[in-house]
This record gives sequence, C-alpha cells and structure tokens, in this order.
Amino acid sequence: MTIFSRLHRASVLVLVVSLLGACAGSNGTAITPEGINDPNEKANRGVHEFNRSLDRAFIRPAGVGYTNFVPDGLEDGITNFALNLEEPKNMVNSLLQGNLRGAGLSLFSFVTNTTLGFGGIIDATRELGIPENDTDFGETLYVWGVGEGNYIELPFLGPSTHRRTAGLVVDLFTNPLSAVFDGRSRFFYLTPAGFASGLSARGRFTDTIDSVLYESADSYAQARLIYLQNRRFKLGDAESSTEIDPFELDTEGF
Amino acid sequence: MQRRHFLAIMGASAFLPALPARALTDASAKKLVDSLVNDVNKVITSGKSEKAMYSEFARIFARYSDTSYISAYAMGADGRTASKAQKRAFSEAFQSYIARKYGRRFREFIGGRLEVKSVRRVKNWYEVDTTAFLQGEAPFTVTFHVSNRTGRDLFFNMFIEGINLLLTERAEVGALIDRNGGNIDGMIRDLKSAG
Repeated sequence: MTIFSRLHRASVLVLVVSLLGACAGSNGTAITPEGINDPNEKANRGVHEFNRSLDRAFIRPAGVGYTNFVPDGLEDGITNFALNLEEPKNMVNSLLQGNLRGAGLSLFSFVTNTTLGFGGIIDATRELGIPENDTDFGETLYVWGVGEGNYIELPFLGPSTHRRTAGLVVDLFTNPLSAVFDGRSRFFYLTPAGFASGLSARGRFTDTIDSVLYESADSYAQARLIYLQNRRFKLGDAESSTEIDPFELDTEGF
Repeated sequence: MQRRHFLAIMGASAFLPALPARALTDASAKKLVDSLVNDVNKVITSGKSEKAMYSEFARIFARYSDTSYISAYAMGADGRTASKAQKRAFSEAFQSYIARKYGRRFREFIGGRLEVKSVRRVKNWYEVDTTAFLQGEAPFTVTFHVSNRTGRDLFFNMFIEGINLLLTERAEVGALIDRNGGNIDGMIRDLKSAG
C-alpha cells in the first residue's frame, strides 16, 4: 500500500467519524413540528440554489435529451446494468444488518441478472416478481442505532442526512466490486453507467421533479420534507403520529 | 426516490365512490378503496383523452374526498385566524389547485394498476395499504386513510412511499403565506395561479 492510499483511507475515515459524531451530537438541536432537524438551513439553502442552477443549466436538459433520444430498451438496459452492480453492496449491508433474507435476495438477483439477464442488462428477477432489496450503509447505521443527524443538502447529490452521507462514503468501500474493478475499468464502466441511470431518472420523472424544484413556493422546504418522509419510510422509521385525528380537527367553515 | 409515484397516484384519488352512511368497519374501509381501485383501473383502460381524465378527476375529487378536512389541514394554524369568507375561498382555491397539479399527471398512470393489500384500524380511522404497479417501475406502496367523520366513508389523506400528501401540501401553503407576509388573501390569490 502506498503512502498516498494510506493517507487517502485515513482522510475518509476521519470524514466518516466526524459525520457520525455529528449524528450523535444532533440530539439536542431544535426540531420542527414536522420532525426536521436542520440547524444549518442557511448554508443548505445556498447549496440548494447551486444545485438548482446546475440542474437548470445542465442536468435537466441532459436528462430530458437522454430520455427522448435514447431508445427505451437501451435506456432501461443501462439503468438495469447500473442497478445490478449495486447488488453486492446491498448484500453486504443486509448481512451487516442481520437481514439474511435481504442478503439472499440480493445474491440471487445478482447471480440471476448477471447470467440470465446478460450481464445485468435485463432485470430478470423483476420479470420473475422477485422483490427488490435496496439498502445502503446509512440504513445499516440506522439498524445499529445511530441517530439520523442533521439534514444536509449535498452539492450535486441533493438531499441527505449526516447518517446517510456517512453511509454513502462507506459504501464506496463496502461494495465488493470495488475490489474486482481496478481504477481504470471503474472509470470506464461503473461511473458512466451510474451517471447515465441518474440522467435517465431525471428525464423520466421530469414533470414531478420540475414541480418540486421550479413550481413550488419554497423548493428547498418541499425537497427537504419529501426526502425525509420517504427516507424514514424506507428505513421503517416513519412516525404515524403526525396524523391529526379526523374527529378532532376543526373543519368549521371549510 | 419515488416522487413521481407520489404525484402519479394523486390522480388516482379522484375516483372514490360514495357509500351510504354507516359505521366504519374494516370491511367497509376496504370496500371503499376496492371500489376506488376498480374505478381507477377502469378509467386507466377507458382510453379517454388526457383532458377528459383531468376533468373527471376534478369533479370526482370534489365530490368523494373529505374536502373540508383536507382544506382545514392544509391551512394549518393560520386557519384559526381566517375569516369565514377566507376559509371558503381557500377551500375552493385549494381543491382546484390539487386537481390541476395532480390531474395533469394522470397520464403517468396509464398502463398501471393498484391492488389492495391490507386494512388496519388506527384510532378511529382506517389505514388501507395498496400496492401500485406502474409500467417499468418497481412496485410501491400507496396508503389511504379512510374515516366516516362526515357520516360517509371518505378518504382524508394518502401516502405514497411514506410521503404524506397533506403534510407536504400544508408546507407549500405555509410557504405561500410566508411569501405574502402572513396575508391570507395574498396566499389564496397565489394559490389560484399555482399548480
């Protein structure tokens, strides 16, 4: 191992530890009635404006163009290929969470789609009705009892939390494929496939994403609320108590 | 991220049938959503134009959801200081905003279907879980909350992959109120051109 890669690993470790520290330290900070923990809102709004102009200038046109010009079959194939490469990461995290069923589903999907699905281009397991097992190290941290931390909007990547961000960094290393692909093949295959599937999602969901980013009164607040609700639901951490009893709400005059 | 689903299914909420007043039970809550699912599937396969689907949506939404609860919830704490006329104007503006915003996305639902999975009692309402299958998408969960507060079984909220329709729209209304410096009439004016 070279000194450079040692330093590189050490700096990643420092980043992850400091993010986890932030998760632990966030318990005392103010939380809104919607359960939003966002003490760095001002800085986050700055990043949001950056992301929005990036989207307007590059990502949206590229995504819409990609979806319109690339034939649907090819577009699906590229997205399937990228998603299949996530399965080893899903499997490792399921194991770390003690979720043997999930680990088995991911292993089965990876083997099946890589062989019967021609290297993952066809999502054979979806055709067979096999449930998806999509997880990440952020979820593993949740299962291990680490707090959510503050809300954070990441440049380029968008809404996240401290816990999820620490997970993203760790997942770069827990993906067993990182060991299989060397730097060059990762650059030529993995990264472009992931990028293309991201563009595809931007293009296909353009009406909905536009309505949040460009048509709502406060796009930052809408994106934050929608992201947090969906993320907590995925983790099984959703609060059911936010509902107002229909018999108790004063509806007089409405 | 399944935001698109959230919005796509909003279109589905239009097709709730009315049922006669009686005690709300597991079976009647399920029946309500079953009928909804049937009607949604029927409209999807009807081959009607987008425009026809949209107007059907607006009409049926107004008639079959608990619109006064939905409006009161969306206005939030500001509803307490609103006058009677403001509440009425808001209710009307909000309903047509919802119809516009989600109705024009109905086409995303073409070729899809909803299946009722389970019913669960929560306090004095029912939670009905359905699974949505859209073309080329992984199946996802859509939950309806049903009550008979008004004397009829009506749905008063829905969740797409955990995203609460009313909570999300209340935040939007709150942002409109802030933008108008707390002025409710200004918010209602903006709402009429939003969506």
